[in-house]
Amino acid sequence: MLTDELVDLSRLQFAVTAMYHFLFVPLTLGLAFILVIMESCYVLTGRQIYKDMTQFWGKLFGINFALGVTTGITMEFQFGTNWAYYSHYVGDIFGAPLAIEGLMAFFLESTFIGLFFFGWERLSKQKHLLVTFLMALGSNLSALWILIANGWMQDPVGADFSYVTMRMELTDFWAVVFNPTAQAKFVHTVSAGYVTAALFVLGISSWYILKGRDLEFAKRSFRIAAAFGFASVCSVIVLGDESGYTVTKSQQTKLAAMEGMWETHPAPAPFTLFALPDDATRTNRYALEIPWVMGIIGTRSLDKEIPGIKAIEAENRQRIASGVQAVKALEILRDKHADPAAKAAAQAVFETHKADLGFGLLLKKYVRDMNQVTPELIARAAADTIPKVAPMFWAFRLMVGLGFAFFALFAFALYYSLKDNFSEKTWLLRWAVWFIPMPWIACELGWFVAEYGRQPWTIYGVLPTHLSVSSLTPESLYGSLAGFVGFYTLLLAVELYLMVKFARQGPASLGNGRYGDTRFAAQASIVSPGTPAQRHPSDF
Amino acid sequence: MIDYMTLKFIWWLLVGVLLVGFAIMDGHDMGVGTLLPFVAKDDVERRVVINTVGPHWDGNQVWFITGGGAIFAAWPLVYATAFSGFYWAMLAVLWALFFRPVGFDYRSKIANPTWRSTWDWGLFVGGFVPPLIFGVAFGNLLQGVPFHFDDTLRPFYTGSFWALLNPFALLCGMVSSAMITAHGAHYLMLRSEGDIFARSRTAALICAGIALLGFIAAGFWVAHLPGHVITAGADPAALPNPLDKQVALVPGGWLHNFQRHPWLWGVPGLGIAGLIGGALLAWARRPGLAFIASSLAMTGIIGTAGVALFPFVMPSSSDPASGLTAWDAVSSHFTLALMFGATLIFMPLIVFYTSWAYKVMAGKVTLDFIRANDKQAY
Repeated sequence: MLTDELVDLSRLQFAVTAMYHFLFVPLTLGLAFILVIMESCYVLTGRQIYKDMTQFWGKLFGINFALGVTTGITMEFQFGTNWAYYSHYVGDIFGAPLAIEGLMAFFLESTFIGLFFFGWERLSKQKHLLVTFLMALGSNLSALWILIANGWMQDPVGADFSYVTMRMELTDFWAVVFNPTAQAKFVHTVSAGYVTAALFVLGISSWYILKGRDLEFAKRSFRIAAAFGFASVCSVIVLGDESGYTVTKSQQTKLAAMEGMWETHPAPAPFTLFALPDDATRTNRYALEIPWVMGIIGTRSLDKEIPGIKAIEAENRQRIASGVQAVKALEILRDKHADPAAKAAAQAVFETHKADLGFGLLLKKYVRDMNQVTPELIARAAADTIPKVAPMFWAFRLMVGLGFAFFALFAFALYYSLKDNFSEKTWLLRWAVWFIPMPWIACELGWFVAEYGRQPWTIYGVLPTHLSVSSLTPESLYGSLAGFVGFYTLLLAVELYLMVKFARQGPASLGNGRYGDTRFAAQASIVSPGTPAQRHPSDF
Repeated sequence: MIDYMTLKFIWWLLVGVLLVGFAIMDGHDMGVGTLLPFVAKDDVERRVVINTVGPHWDGNQVWFITGGGAIFAAWPLVYATAFSGFYWAMLAVLWALFFRPVGFDYRSKIANPTWRSTWDWGLFVGGFVPPLIFGVAFGNLLQGVPFHFDDTLRPFYTGSFWALLNPFALLCGMVSSAMITAHGAHYLMLRSEGDIFARSRTAALICAGIALLGFIAAGFWVAHLPGHVITAGADPAALPNPLDKQVALVPGGWLHNFQRHPWLWGVPGLGIAGLIGGALLAWARRPGLAFIASSLAMTGIIGTAGVALFPFVMPSSSDPASGLTAWDAVSSHFTLALMFGATLIFMPLIVFYTSWAYKVMAGKVTLDFIRANDKQAY
């Protein structure tokens, strides 16, 4: 029996493991390309310092990568272990990008990461750079296929339901690949990863500069991070806007929830900068609105309306009523003992209402027998189709706010890099250090908005979440959840310990004698007076 | 487009290829992980052992991940039923695998002996547990697994985790573990010298012996197990519907395919010849050829289980008609064709660059190398 407890625990376990995995992914995606840039500088200039930079940041990359791999396997297992009905119902489509990800991307990334670490002595400079590039390409292609799979969950194109096999089947592979939702999501997500990595390098380099350590090394790293980060943050913001645009076509519900748009506003709709959305009374208090902006972002026009939550819910009520007919017809079609005439009639009804089948399935949460459906139940199921507004509204605004803060940080960092006096701007360096954790918060918020906003569906409009789970006992779920939390807490502690340890040691951890405290005096002497290099390390 | 029935059969072969690929590639580094505490006595020796697979374990592990992804894409109902049914067994594999990436990458980053020996045992667990559990899983497949479907094709597993650990399944687990460890020992001989080479050689001989005896014993046992035989339905060319067939249990039924096509006896024959050949070559200190022999042995052993079960891939003991076969647990015609195309494009590329990576890193890992590369090596 699929109890609410089982469904909630399955969701919690997926959310915990996915969001934990996503702590490591963004840094991998971005740092891989930063390594490519640093190593390209090495190959072009032949200067040892760029090789040292590649190796040092590569060491931190490796510490992060290990946990990315560890937690990634969980995701691959978990569709089968905990979402068995989902896996059956959409495996025909969803399995394909996952398998292609393995074949095209994960093999590439994982094979070449070994050569990246161990091939320095055995490969020419150019070949090693190629290895680094292929590793970065692999990790980013990996993200592409995962986000194609995820994009399909948000916007299930190119597939059709078959009542014989009782599942969704692929009809147009290229529609799945070039799904606009998936493509916008991919660029937005990898760019967010680039920003994360750029801020990681920028922040740690700033810390070295503030401490007056390994200055030459830190300043070069800072400049690369500033340029790479600025380009990436522009991409994040533009593609975030593009996600906002596509969301209006495929998932109006998500948009309405994250904007707190209860009513349909005459076009062009205003953008609510601040408000206290109240899910109980379905109103916003203290709303501060900017006219026109939402209409322009959401529809790229001044005359198209964006439907509000109440309008969407009313439409869904009708789709659920229609879906009831589809589910009833499907049950006759699946019944081995039904007579052929009844089946033929059912088939005609089914074809008419097929598009709303998923909406009819929403009622399975409340009744098994579709003949017992009442208007009250339909209204309840329709209310379920709207995710809670307040968490969506705030998570989205916090993410966007952080995005603009990153934009400002990288704009200053790039500006002073070009003027070549950033090492004097202690306020900027401190800002960068304190901001190191922020991209992770923004990434997790983005993930939350995308996935929580999809509820109550696993596949939007096709398969409700509560039908997707495996037939397990809640006891099994408590056990496995405890296991994951235990393992992951321990692993995170170990990872952070090593990351902090090596970040603090700095390039001296390479053990080549070119960096570290012994060089402190010599390096400090070549820095002009008044720079932070003169400060005592404990000042910061 | 190739016709549906042929594609279903191709996918049965391809899943086999992926499993064998996993056993050969990830198997050798898992074998090395299993041997780590036993063939290396001090820290430098252990680092030699770890660094023989250091540059490759991650790429090898993708055979496992891609195998899972391919089963998801090609046999979604098998993926759904097996992974949710074997819930705790799968989690045990997963949690054992957790120790590998962090074990390899973190172990030598800190010089503390307790830290290092903890990760060494972690690498042992990550190498030893997965092949053992996969063997146990195959042992249970041959006995049938208690599951059934409702009208909407929702799978229900009605057994317990502990029931999986029955004597026959444990025997299969032992065969799997021993063949993988022997294979790892061959690889370690190839990449090491001196004491580690000598100890690996001993381990290879012992493990090949255990695998050989266990495989033969399991063979006789299988001859007496009730095999599942389709008596009606399950048209290989039809749209897949696992509820549309009738199945009978026949003692010795798992030998039917061998009796019908006697040349198939060559498959278990390859398993036995590979194990004996591997042991002889290890004894003669020819690790490269021994590695090839143990690869063939694993092809034969995994192939034997596959051929015995065919067309079943996951028979049901509680409701035999719900048993999943290569004909009725598969994806749509279009998806099978698409994924076959993707495999044809990418598999040769993977084999090409993997070979290149091994070629770049070829040669013995020595104690001196570890001492000279204290900060860079694993």
